[in-house]
Amino acid sequence: MKGMTIIVKNVTALLAGLVFLYGCYIVLHGHLTPGGGFAGGTIIAGSFILLVIANGIQYFRLKKEKEESSMFEGAGILCFLLLATGGLLLSVPVFFRNLLPGGTPGELFSAGVIPLYNIFVGIEVAAALLSIFLAFVIYKTEE
Amino acid sequence: MIPYMLCFVLFLVGLYGVLTRKNILKIIIGLCVMEYSLYLFLAMTGYIEGGAAPIIDPANRAGSVVDPLPQAIVLTAIVIGLATTALLLAIAIRLYKKYKTFDIDKINTLKG
Amino acid sequence: METKLIIILILMIAGAIHSLHARDLLSAIVSYGVVGYSLVVGFLLLKAPDLAIVQIVVETIALIIMVSVLIISTREDLAEKSTVKIKGQSYVNIRNLSFVFFALVTGVMLLYFFNIVTTGLPELGIHETRMATEYIANGVEGTGSINLVTAVVFDYRGYDTLGEATILFTAVMGILAILRLKTHKI
Repeated sequence: MKGMTIIVKNVTALLAGLVFLYGCYIVLHGHLTPGGGFAGGTIIAGSFILLVIANGIQYFRLKKEKEESSMFEGAGILCFLLLATGGLLLSVPVFFRNLLPGGTPGELFSAGVIPLYNIFVGIEVAAALLSIFLAFVIYKTEE
Repeated sequence: MIPYMLCFVLFLVGLYGVLTRKNILKIIIGLCVMEYSLYLFLAMTGYIEGGAAPIIDPANRAGSVVDPLPQAIVLTAIVIGLATTALLLAIAIRLYKKYKTFDIDKINTLKG
Repeated sequence: METKLIIILILMIAGAIHSLHARDLLSAIVSYGVVGYSLVVGFLLLKAPDLAIVQIVVETIALIIMVSVLIISTREDLAEKSTVKIKGQSYVNIRNLSFVFFALVTGVMLLYFFNIVTTGLPELGIHETRMATEYIANGVEGTGSINLVTAVVFDYRGYDTLGEATILFTAVMGILAILRLKTHKI
């Protein structure tokens, strides 16, 4: 797979950044608007999948990238678990304790640790879906 | 009651595909159809006539909202469904590499 | 509202049946896409925008992965024989009749249990929020998040989300282990 024509490559180069930015917006505003970590993570993974499909297989130097997306996935789930146990250690001993101050509902910096949970789950979902896709692509080239 | 009944019919269509098809890819498609009917059923049980989407404006709290609990459960189930579908597809592709066919009858008789 | 949902469901059933009976595997996958994208419209009708956003992206990625599987393997479907033809007999033989009999018995049993289960269920649109009353009344003050689905997923039911993340991690590890080509020689 050597990628598509130059028209597709240029249009993808313009569009993929916008799709990535839209995914970040969905993740960061997960406690205010519809969306959240799961939806935003899948959109971010979709932007990378778009790049791989349009530009061919050598675009990322794929072997290394699979390792890195695996590492991001592990880091995301580890941070999620650390936040959950951080409430256990630092304040009242309740698992999944909301330990940061709440703020006024409706603003961007509010809701305590829920935006952080959104960010880590978004990283985890994006890395997981990207790893799945890259595993299939690498399998196809090595065959 | 008719939408619940049609959801059940959709589930039965998926079950029919899983039981009667011989192609592995079509069996996977049948499993996915069963999953989809379940998602729609769970989302239907939480629907309230005239309710808004479950996002509350703190300044203006008038009106009822839809039950957020089934939606939260379905939200996690969708992403897990994609991951398990990809796992099934990976197993199918390894079977194709070994036996050069998707027919489960031939795969069953070629073993050993 | 209910008629719109019925139309969407009939479209989903038609897409599923055509997907299971298509001769070409690529057209089977396209018909499966009809089912998934109709589900998005159903979620929007049921006032669940979070689910609609997730489902439309997940369906796209699932279709891409399925097509990539088809590129590696083959597109042609197997020749399926639905009825068994024994030499010297017509299609009405004892074997096919027993198949029809078992199918009818199973269908009647499933309808009976469906009737038992759904008698306690209220009509569509009438739902008393037993557990969610607390979430709707105190969710905004308790968690600070005005999107109640996010509040339930990450605060009230955080254990579920942790388990979901673990399952996703395990599935990805399984896929990477299955698709690895160069095995270590023991």
